[in-house]
Amino acid sequence: MQLEPNKYVKELTQEKYKYGFTTDVHTEIIEKGLNEDVVRLISEKKGEPEWLLDFRLKAYRYWQTLEMPTWAHLTIPEIDYQAISYYADPTKKKDGPKSLDEVDPELLKTFNKLGIPLEEQLALSGMAVDAVMDSVSVKTTFKETLMEKGIIFCSISEAVREHPDLVKKYLGSVVGYRDNFFAALNSAVFSDGSFVYIPKGVRCPMELSTYFRINAANTGQFERTLIVADDDSYVSYLEGCTAPMRDENQLHAAIVEIVVMDRAEVKYSTVQNWYPGDAEGKGGVYNFVTKRGNCKGRDSKLSWTQVETGSAITWKYPSCILSGDNSTAEFYSVAVTNNFQQADTGTKMIHLGKNTRSTIVSKGISAGRSQNSYRGLVRVSEKADNARNYSQCDSLLLGSHCGAHTFPYMDIHNETAVVEHEATTSKISEDQLFYCNQRGIPTEDAVGLIVNGYAKEVLNKLPMEFAVEAQKLLSVSLEGSVG
Amino acid sequence: MLEIKDLHASINGKEILKGINLTVKTGEVHAIMGPNGSGKSTLSNVLVGHPAYEVTKGSVVFDGKDLLAMSPEDRSHEGLFLSFQYPVEIPGVSMVNFMRSAVNEQRKYKGLPALTASEFLKLMRQKREVVELDSKLANRSVNEGFSGGEKKRNEIFQMAMLEPKLSILDETDSGLDIDALRIVAEGVNKLKTPNTSCIVITHYQRLLDYIKPDIVHVLYKGKIVKTAGPELALELEEKGYDWIKKELGE
Amino acid sequence: MNMKAEQQYIDLFTQCEALICRHSAEGLNAPRAKAFADFERLGFPTRKQEKYKYTEIGTFFAPDFGLNLNRLEFPVNPYEVFKCDVPNMSTSLYFVINDSFDKHDHPSAQLPEGVLFGSLRELAMQYPDLIKKYYGKLADTSKDGLTAFNTMFAQDGVLMYVPKNVVMEKPIQLVNILRADVNTLSNRRLLIILEEGAQAKLLVCDHAMDNVNFLSTQVTEIFVGENAYFDLYELEETHNSTVRFSQLFVEQQAGSNVLLNGMTLHNGTTRNTTEVQLVGRGAEINLCGMAIADKNEQVDNHTTIDHRVPDCTSNELFKYVLDDQAVGAFAGKVLVREGAQHTSSQQTNRNICATREARMYTQPQLEIYADDVKCSHGATVGQLDENALFYMQQRGIPLKEARLLLMFAFVNEVIDYIRMDALKDRLHRLVEKRFRGELNKCQGCAICK
Repeated sequence: MQLEPNKYVKELTQEKYKYGFTTDVHTEIIEKGLNEDVVRLISEKKGEPEWLLDFRLKAYRYWQTLEMPTWAHLTIPEIDYQAISYYADPTKKKDGPKSLDEVDPELLKTFNKLGIPLEEQLALSGMAVDAVMDSVSVKTTFKETLMEKGIIFCSISEAVREHPDLVKKYLGSVVGYRDNFFAALNSAVFSDGSFVYIPKGVRCPMELSTYFRINAANTGQFERTLIVADDDSYVSYLEGCTAPMRDENQLHAAIVEIVVMDRAEVKYSTVQNWYPGDAEGKGGVYNFVTKRGNCKGRDSKLSWTQVETGSAITWKYPSCILSGDNSTAEFYSVAVTNNFQQADTGTKMIHLGKNTRSTIVSKGISAGRSQNSYRGLVRVSEKADNARNYSQCDSLLLGSHCGAHTFPYMDIHNETAVVEHEATTSKISEDQLFYCNQRGIPTEDAVGLIVNGYAKEVLNKLPMEFAVEAQKLLSVSLEGSVG
Repeated sequence: MLEIKDLHASINGKEILKGINLTVKTGEVHAIMGPNGSGKSTLSNVLVGHPAYEVTKGSVVFDGKDLLAMSPEDRSHEGLFLSFQYPVEIPGVSMVNFMRSAVNEQRKYKGLPALTASEFLKLMRQKREVVELDSKLANRSVNEGFSGGEKKRNEIFQMAMLEPKLSILDETDSGLDIDALRIVAEGVNKLKTPNTSCIVITHYQRLLDYIKPDIVHVLYKGKIVKTAGPELALELEEKGYDWIKKELGE
Repeated sequence: MNMKAEQQYIDLFTQCEALICRHSAEGLNAPRAKAFADFERLGFPTRKQEKYKYTEIGTFFAPDFGLNLNRLEFPVNPYEVFKCDVPNMSTSLYFVINDSFDKHDHPSAQLPEGVLFGSLRELAMQYPDLIKKYYGKLADTSKDGLTAFNTMFAQDGVLMYVPKNVVMEKPIQLVNILRADVNTLSNRRLLIILEEGAQAKLLVCDHAMDNVNFLSTQVTEIFVGENAYFDLYELEETHNSTVRFSQLFVEQQAGSNVLLNGMTLHNGTTRNTTEVQLVGRGAEINLCGMAIADKNEQVDNHTTIDHRVPDCTSNELFKYVLDDQAVGAFAGKVLVREGAQHTSSQQTNRNICATREARMYTQPQLEIYADDVKCSHGATVGQLDENALFYMQQRGIPLKEARLLLMFAFVNEVIDYIRMDALKDRLHRLVEKRFRGELNKCQGCAICK
């Protein structure tokens, strides 16, 4: 069967992005622009100790010496860092201070609408949520329940106040402020995010989840997440995000740091659904994120799973440093781009310890006029005896105006390493489509089915609730893209 | 010809063989049977010197020489041949090059001159007929793309080429249909002389219908727990291994 | 930019431009001024450029090298010293000494009617229109400092021209001999044109005759007409003090079929850049290479295959065996442009590191802008199969020999691409010798004895 190009192409209408509403809530926004005073102001608003302000200032000064990186396969319009506000607090009421427990009903409504109820009695069973809007954590559920097991789950601002030693010990230990342009920027102005500490020998009894929401206009979101899994512990952590539809681009530059100690295991799952911009490529979030975990302990394990469907531009490489002997790391990714979206995403697996193993499975799906790149590095250092890596990166192209690219890098400095990389690029098989058609399945549905099948290997890695959501998201993101 | 005394061996620190005693005389055919995981393949691998196995105790004398002190290739040169349970595929190495190296290395070890190309090809042709190996297979890379039966036939072909004193057939019958089994077994029987011996490792009786053993051993939990004549194999076929376990008081 | 390495060449060119031009030809002189301006602007490529990530070019140019700008003749008759003809293969044999085409009689050379093969400088004077049409048209000086550098200084080289529908039965063998008493920089240039329906095979061998430092740059431009067939085999057998920077540009018209096979058996530092543009439908490129490197040898292959139109095919295979402290790099980009439907592209890079100190960097890349394509790439770094090694030992093959057989099998896949049986046999033997350590210098010709 020969499909006529564009026959099925319909505009991806704006209703398709169902999270595009805004919340009308009084928000305290500081003035646009970035300078040392702004950095000091953010720190002051959060009531931070001196050492953290120092950290921010060092990062800011370093950031000033940097230029935006250009190596990614992305066309990034000039970003005016002085035209962005670096702090927006929707929890500040006009009439003075409020108690911590008291959350504006508008905000609760917003998260309810997003399917993230913050009242514990309504919440999904087995999932604790930290809800972050703009620069501030609105509420963290099940905090007390978790505390009984010694698990700390709170906003990073709270952790700075309540657990300063832990934060001081690990903040910046995996992603230093000198790591890259966006990491330096985040380190200078980071606002809220989550902090997780799982004590020795504890298996976290529920999924931990952070939901990020950008609401205010002309602001950037610079969240920071830090997860520490002590010896013999286990945690599964989920991250979701959405933003209103705005014509202007919004900047999101986050850092996630994970430390995994001896025999501990961390699973980190993301369903990224920032506003991708409209069908003409107007608006959308610029998502420049540095995520990295250090498998510090022996026999430790870290697994990244990501479903990337949103953002106008994605620049993101959740990575693993395998420093502990016998440590294991995984990266499972589905990245979907449609219309004018651009994604340059992948991972870095840095093998330092002996007998370390890493697996990379990346599935890229491009449609419309989008560009979708996988970029990954596998490095085996001199001392990493018997390191093993297997990478598989497949790309699926829907339509003849999009691009799918694969840029793997392999640096091998040890003769006992076995490193394999396989990649394929193809389009949806016409035979498969025809087979579905013959069984009465319309082409659009068939594409959804086939794409979900193609991404199954990755979706299966997600916790159940997320997997269902992610499947729907894949189909919605690709609606109107068959060509 | 072969004398194994109190042989203990382990892999990754786990002891598999726990004191094997076995003597094979010239001209004899021994069958070693036993349930899965009893150590049959470990025994064959240890005898041919697989580097993954560590001998922790005991001795093996082959034709008057200390077998355990020899490299795997010298064990081969001395006349020890293992027909692998899972023959290895070696892409890019042609059967001809592979066999020529093997034959000429053995000749070198024995102080004989290397065969000329035409002598060698003639030998290949002769021996191929023993196991009815297709000449097409002989032109391919070692075992690459061979079916299960072809691989086993190729093992016997190599056995014919190298003329070993003692052959160990490790589960040679596994994965073979009845015709392939017959061809392989006939090949082994044709190669049998009064001066050569054979150890047949198998799970089932059916191979022993073709290759008649003189002595049958049962290997269980790393030790030989029973030794008898060919009737033992039939008994095992009929009753399974449970009665032996009972006999051992388990 | 630190222009220290560049400055001496900028000065040299400024002072000697007239001399360089006088000993060359009009067609070669024409692009010099622009190349000079480009080089002043670009300098040598640095590792900061993604394309040159693994080899720092400028440092190799920093030492003092002699350039034979005056075109002095070297007292050597290659026909007397060169004996490494491929047995059982009748070729038309030619020589380039450093960067000058050798003018001795060519006893075996009887070329079909209309075929040109000879000194680029002389033929440029005889056929100015041909040069004007093709020279420098693929090697763009404005994008790459090395191309600009070569274009500035190249005074001679080789022109090969095969007219429409002429089929050359006999392959041509071209031997690049590096011969000097002082450290020498040579800038070679090859221009190869096959008209529609033409067929030819070219074997180019690099040899170094003296134990001095040789640095050579080489720019090759290959134009392959509709339905033409062309094979290029490059064989490098030099020594550890030799540095080779080669840039090869190919443009293929519809239905053409090209095989490029670059084999580095012995070298010092080698950087080969290969850029293939498929501009006509149904064109096919087979691009392969092999490197066997030990000691401090370094081999860096950077390839780009540009599928510009529909229905083209590309197959790429590179294999490296690295011993001692050798460093290997492979970067291969396959670009499928928008509209280049029904592209079929396969790329494979496999590597063996035999020691802990050996390093391999590999970077296969797919950049695809068309949906109806079949593209795949695979890369591996690993060791020899231990099960296969033991199997061979059980059959009586000593471990060392078994390793050799496996390494041999590993690179044979690349040799098997060769479409000349006699050359294939010769390579099999050369590779075996190389692995056995019997090939410590380039061997086979009397030069190195």
